[in-house]
Amino acid sequence: MQKKVACSFPDEVLEHVFSFIQSDKDRNAVSMVCKSWYEIERWCRRKIFIGNCYAVSPRMVIRRFPKVRSIELKGKPHFADFNLVPDGWGGYVLPWIAEMAGAYPWLEEIRLKRMVVTDECLELIAKSFKNFKVLVLFSCEGFSTDGLAAIAASCMNLRELDLRDSDVDDLGGHWLSHFPETYTSLVSLNSSCLGSDEVSLSALERLVGRCTNLRTLRLNRAVPLDKIANILGRAPQLVDFGTGTYGADLQSDVFSSLAGAFSSCKELRSLSGFWDVVPAYLPAIYPVCSRLTSLNLSYVTIQSPDLVKLLRHCPSLQRLLVLDYIEDSGLEALSSSCKELQELRVFPSDPFGEEPNVSLTEQGLVSVCLACPKLQSVLYFCRRMSNVALVTIAQNCPNLTRFRLCIIEPRTADFLTLEPLDVGFGAIVEHCKDLRRLSLSGLLTDRVFEYIGRYAKKLEMLSVAFAGESDLGLHHVLSGCESLRKLEIRDCPFGDKALLANAAKLETMRSLWMSSCAVSFGACKLLGQKMPRLNVEVIDESGPPDSRPDSCPVDKLYIYRSVAGPRFDMPPFVWTMEEDSALQLNTIGNPIGSEWEHNMKGIQGLRAQMPFVLYLAELSNTSQW
Amino acid sequence: MEKSYDDTNTEKSGLRLKDTELRLGLPGSESPEREEHDQNVLSLKSFVSGAKRGFSDALDGGGKWVFSGGSGGGSEGLFSPRRGGNNNGGNDLSGSDSGLGGPVLKDGVAPKPLVVQEKKSQVAAGNGNTAPASKAQVVGWPPIRSFRKNTMASHPPKNDNDDDNAEAKFGSGCLYVKVSMDGAPYLRKVDLKIYGGYKELSSALEKMFSCFTIGQCGSHGVSSRDVLSESRLIDLLHGSEYVLTYEDKDGDWMLVGDVPWEMFTNCCKRLRIMKSTEAIGLAPRAMEKCKTRT
Repeated sequence: MQKKVACSFPDEVLEHVFSFIQSDKDRNAVSMVCKSWYEIERWCRRKIFIGNCYAVSPRMVIRRFPKVRSIELKGKPHFADFNLVPDGWGGYVLPWIAEMAGAYPWLEEIRLKRMVVTDECLELIAKSFKNFKVLVLFSCEGFSTDGLAAIAASCMNLRELDLRDSDVDDLGGHWLSHFPETYTSLVSLNSSCLGSDEVSLSALERLVGRCTNLRTLRLNRAVPLDKIANILGRAPQLVDFGTGTYGADLQSDVFSSLAGAFSSCKELRSLSGFWDVVPAYLPAIYPVCSRLTSLNLSYVTIQSPDLVKLLRHCPSLQRLLVLDYIEDSGLEALSSSCKELQELRVFPSDPFGEEPNVSLTEQGLVSVCLACPKLQSVLYFCRRMSNVALVTIAQNCPNLTRFRLCIIEPRTADFLTLEPLDVGFGAIVEHCKDLRRLSLSGLLTDRVFEYIGRYAKKLEMLSVAFAGESDLGLHHVLSGCESLRKLEIRDCPFGDKALLANAAKLETMRSLWMSSCAVSFGACKLLGQKMPRLNVEVIDESGPPDSRPDSCPVDKLYIYRSVAGPRFDMPPFVWTMEEDSALQLNTIGNPIGSEWEHNMKGIQGLRAQMPFVLYLAELSNTSQW
Repeated sequence: MEKSYDDTNTEKSGLRLKDTELRLGLPGSESPEREEHDQNVLSLKSFVSGAKRGFSDALDGGGKWVFSGGSGGGSEGLFSPRRGGNNNGGNDLSGSDSGLGGPVLKDGVAPKPLVVQEKKSQVAAGNGNTAPASKAQVVGWPPIRSFRKNTMASHPPKNDNDDDNAEAKFGSGCLYVKVSMDGAPYLRKVDLKIYGGYKELSSALEKMFSCFTIGQCGSHGVSSRDVLSESRLIDLLHGSEYVLTYEDKDGDWMLVGDVPWEMFTNCCKRLRIMKSTEAIGLAPRAMEKCKTRT
């Protein structure tokens, strides 16, 4: 039942106009203009991004958007990457696939991150979606190459199969031979995470040979060096190539055919892989280096001089991932060779060693920041830092959008002044006005959070570890960072106050993770009770939290907004703080007249003010209209 | 006189009510005395009992937060009784009559924020710190993704100039293997490096899978037939419901416990807790391999 506005266009015209609007944010805005636009828009939305699979249920999505062709879902919290989320936590995609199998027969694309995918899911995908084209499983787990075989066998229109960093049970390379001989649509294949020593080379070569549109090919370690030339020879049109093993005894014929194969790849712009690299084989890639924009050497365990020799051939490089073997001297050389650099990631070769094994310090990063004006994204592991270095970085790279610094030893102070690094990070947030992502490390007081709250207005994701001194720190962030969507905190002395006082803020964010902090179980209960649109989940493997006094801190806490209510697939060590459970403050075991008890009672008057408009814009909520 | 939250809740967002408690004040805003307070190190840690791991380090061993510089004396005096680690000694964040809430430094002392005295000496010592030699590894730190850790651990870098420990470098971090149990809804992953031996591993696994009712590992004595076994895991065969098995580098499934611990951690690829009825076939093999090793 639609009211037509005075001079409205027919639905089809509006639909056509809307089809030019691709971004989710814009689409959400369009849907809020009026009821009829909402209706038209929802029928023609083809692409959905759901940043937290538990924020909404499959049914709700399907009800609102009946004609989706492409879906992206994220599951576990980011800290799951570092083993902080116990196995079995959740993130199962099967319920989604099962619902979509019936509702979206024309679904083409599924992109998942940190979700549990089983072979059953993959088989269901293969069976249900006749025009299936894209499957991206980023850091997923739970499936084997048998599931991949099902996809290969059935999906005749498959373009992209990307298993990036997933934990796959690799039962051998035979799954590749399940692609029928008539299948030629492959554009992108990333199987670099597969761990088996077996791979069906002939199937791979045949597949590569017949898929003439292949642009991205990232091989796994099982593919030996001497086979690369053959594979590349069948795919000279490749744009993005990941080698398998790149080491072997040096043989001149192998080398020359390798070099020949690379030089015939005129479109090649991105290289990765290089496991077990033998430096003598690196010059084989020199023919393509001048055009390379992206180079992932993060598994390359060779020393700085060899790295520098290679990098000097890459003046167009925009993205570099490398181990800290590059050292300060290598980064200095990088900064003079690669003026187009936009993204730099330096990983530690020996993160658990007590003493530094390489000469990589803050100087390396500073030299890159001074000389590469286009630098936007940094991930840097090192063992020392100073405020003056951070200030220099901030002043010279005001265009940074992502800055992640990991000083390996927690709470490491400025090595020059022995002060906290508050001022340094403060400079980062003050000067880099477009900063969207920040990870902190080193010795930090509440002051750094003051700066972040004051300056980091575009910050969307903040990662904090071993920092701060009191709830004020957390409060500064929650009250000041207007764009904050994801906050993850570990081992910080943040407790109940800031959390409860900023409860409303939590509904404007996707999620909050706090582990090894000082949030009490009572506060979690209170939050869960008072904020019905937040799921407050307590993770505790040592036993039920209500077997201890309410003032005891919880081990891990994950809070996220949701219109789907509490989930039901939790393992035994996760408890959701329900809104309808009677809030009995367990005062047994809490000191009488304790401050905690006082706070709990005071805060009971809290009423949530929900930012209604924002909410609707991001989550499907059909009952509102 | 306590301010109740409802008064202040009529403001546009719930944020205001914090005025009575946390005393926000960003520097430069509101009263000058507020500004000074901002610079104080608040410590709410002390009221939480049963403080958790990482942050009890900060309380107890790792570093005590004390003031340095500024008009130190007064502030330390004010703070030290509160540092007792006792509940609520410290933090008059309850709405006191001064309406200050917050980290009350009634004499308005404003020391320079920060540095931890003990940390100083640790940092000054360079990278190595004065922590005990066997530093307990913090879970998930440094933040390196499992994929990278596993990749680097399983194929350690070969350097020309190897130290003795070159091989062990990445491997010393952790060694996650999957543990499956027949009938359990999901896998677990355990880090073999954190266990000292079979006993620890077995009790950790027991705890982990107890919610799936693993059979009791009874304390049978070591029978004379099992002299080669280092642990009571072999005993599981003789009566309990489940046995612990592992897949080694050759892809063979073996009973856990038949090789020295070090050898086991090097060759174990994954673990499986299987019903002892299924494990019968393994026993002779394990014993065979044991015998050939004597």
